Amino acid sequence: MIPELGQFALVLALCLALVQATLPIAGAATGRHDWMALARPAAVGQFVFVVLAFVVLANAFLSDDFSVLYVAYNSNSNLPAFYKFAAVWGGHEGSLLLWVTILATWTMIVTVGSRSLPEKFSARVLGVLGIVSFSLLLFTLLTSNPFDRLLTPIVDGNDLNPLLQDPAMVIHPPILYTGYVGLSVPFAFAVAALLSGQLSQDWARWTRPWTVSAWMFLTVGIALGSWWAYYELGWGGWWFWDPVENASFMPWLASTALIHSLAVTERRGLFKSWTILLAIIAFSLSLLGTFLVRSGVMISVHSFASDPARGVFILMILALVSGGAFTLYAVRAKHMVAEGGFKLVSRESFLLLNNMLLVVALVVVLYGTLSPLFIDALGLGKISVGPPYFNSMFVVPMLPLVLLMGAGMHATWVGMKGETLARKLAIPAVGAVVLGVLLPWVIFGSAGVLTVVGIVAGLWVIAASLFDPVRRMIRRDGARTLTRAQWGMTLAHVGIGMFVLGVTVSTSYNIETDRAAVPGDRWELAGYEIVFRGLRDVQGVNYAAVEGEFELRRDGTLVTVLTPQNRVYRVQSSPMTEAGIDARWYRDIFIALGQPLGDGVWSLRVQFKPLIRFIWFGALVMAFGGLLAASDPRYRSTRAESRVSSAAAVSVETS
Amino acid sequence: MTPRRQRMLLIGLVVAGVTLSAGLALRAFQENLRYFFSPSQVVAGEAPDARLFRLGGMVVEDSVSRESGSLTMSFVVTDYVHSVPVSYTGVLPDLFGEGQGVVAHGRLAADGSFVAEEVLAKHDENYMSPEVADAIARAQESTAE
Repeated sequence: MIPELGQFALVLALCLALVQATLPIAGAATGRHDWMALARPAAVGQFVFVVLAFVVLANAFLSDDFSVLYVAYNSNSNLPAFYKFAAVWGGHEGSLLLWVTILATWTMIVTVGSRSLPEKFSARVLGVLGIVSFSLLLFTLLTSNPFDRLLTPIVDGNDLNPLLQDPAMVIHPPILYTGYVGLSVPFAFAVAALLSGQLSQDWARWTRPWTVSAWMFLTVGIALGSWWAYYELGWGGWWFWDPVENASFMPWLASTALIHSLAVTERRGLFKSWTILLAIIAFSLSLLGTFLVRSGVMISVHSFASDPARGVFILMILALVSGGAFTLYAVRAKHMVAEGGFKLVSRESFLLLNNMLLVVALVVVLYGTLSPLFIDALGLGKISVGPPYFNSMFVVPMLPLVLLMGAGMHATWVGMKGETLARKLAIPAVGAVVLGVLLPWVIFGSAGVLTVVGIVAGLWVIAASLFDPVRRMIRRDGARTLTRAQWGMTLAHVGIGMFVLGVTVSTSYNIETDRAAVPGDRWELAGYEIVFRGLRDVQGVNYAAVEGEFELRRDGTLVTVLTPQNRVYRVQSSPMTEAGIDARWYRDIFIALGQPLGDGVWSLRVQFKPLIRFIWFGALVMAFGGLLAASDPRYRSTRAESRVSSAAAVSVETS
Repeated sequence: MTPRRQRMLLIGLVVAGVTLSAGLALRAFQENLRYFFSPSQVVAGEAPDARLFRLGGMVVEDSVSRESGSLTMSFVVTDYVHSVPVSYTGVLPDLFGEGQGVVAHGRLAADGSFVAEEVLAKHDENYMSPEVADAIARAQESTAE
């Protein structure tokens, strides 16, 4: 009886979403206050019922209710409780419910956070969110109902995919979805602005913290996924340009561009229609990502069994939501004219270039991801695009982006003299070049041209970001005058620099060997001695494993013992490799146990990865910067205060 | 420079940059296209001789063999109509197994066997890669005719 309650709650939520999607927008158009006033209670009610449905499904998992088809497919009574809860989003239906739940949560936060906004504007924003929610709820109920029953209940379930039985996988989907779905808020703000036909600088100020928050979750979510892939399935790779990875990366690129163009729109009233367009593109890419993952058109570790009906439905949602927004944009955007101009050397120019380069990067990824689909659809053969395409092409826009980033932070709004900017940047630039050339030679004894370029670029961004704050701190003349948003920007850029260093160093000096070894073997790797001590059998809760024992020694002293495992999960009898990793901030040593080769010999993959932690740590630093920026008090202030404070902030920056 | 000329210069630089990157992108794209062929297509001589491509199908039961203690191994990939022998040196992915779907990336050797540089088995137990499923279906259709 209880699962039916969940389904009933979803139906009620669908009805409330329909109210939220229609009446407030109609009310804003006709000026009927009572219709506009319906937006908030409808959103709150929808939130309550969607959460109720989610709780009902979670309860079905935790209480092993295998009469529910979805539970029977994705859980097992022997699964640890922690993973039973995570199994709620382990398959298609539940992850869709998670999507809807997170959308309802964002909508709920918007209802609370938009009280100080004009009545018509907030009614439209909530109305647009209602349209999105309505389509996704309808999709869930018609094609992917997680509460469907099994006619003949089974004794025990099929178990959660062993790949997903991992702590990082428990939190990766919710965090990534929070970022994905969060982009619906700037989208709704953009459509609301288009509906009203007006776009003030206040609009940009309202939109910024929402965009940055969503971006922050997206950053952490992508980093978690990459980290998981590294130790769980990648055999040491951290990014595969897999279509589903790209699907999450494209909204990231678009929202990064959006954050920067919003800054220009808020401060200078420029780039207005471009900002709107980016907000629409960013969320459309989120929806496209959902389509790619859920329709089964892509071959990937992430895709669930394919069902063409679902793909068609999501395409229809995409056509309705994104197509509608783009049409509205085409009709209305010409009214959003920018006033004022800027000089060649100015913050605006740098941000314009930032947007150009990010869009180029986005097009590179989009083209490489979608063209195999179109070529297949046209019957021209089955192809896939190799990672070398992405690796080489992605650097083309990224290198200038990173180099310009360091300078752009120090450029003032409206315009400045080129020499002034050059003088400001001389010390970090010279420092980065000298260190970038010297360090790899001193530490690794050799360096290729690209390696040096990458290291210089990474150090340059870090030095240029930190130079000013550090100098102010040393002189004690007011590092505190930096606002929280400015600290946020500084840290986010430092994170980019760390990421660039991590990628460059770990790819350039990575040592990767496959070898056949028997217990007792010892060999040398990057100055360490590795000793293969032996093998033993290990019994886990729901798996059996062979565990290898490896000693890691340096100059004769034991550093650590690594215990990679080769697991077989009982229910699905599927094998899984658990790598043994000794992780330090400056390097990883990675051992994965392959297969027995006969005569007690095992195949091993052994790797040395210097500075690879900087890839994920850099992403976390970026996200922390986002947190600081989004929580800047300026965004919480009411309209009257904000004019004063933003004027003050402008005068601080230009002084 | 007047602001107008500055803007023209900026736009010119941007257009030049975008054109250059588009050209590079298309070239890199052409070079990195990985075509997919089934064993039947390889036997029919449709696969390229020198270029890398992907071969997909099922691993034939009892076809996996290796010199004891060596990383080099061989197996046979089939679409149940034609088969191609494959050799590979390295660590295999978790889900590789006899009677299971596989996609190998590599090139043809002079003797008509396939030398894999990379072996992928990305599907889960009850899920065949769509490319492999499609290749098998097409091979069986062609024999039925």
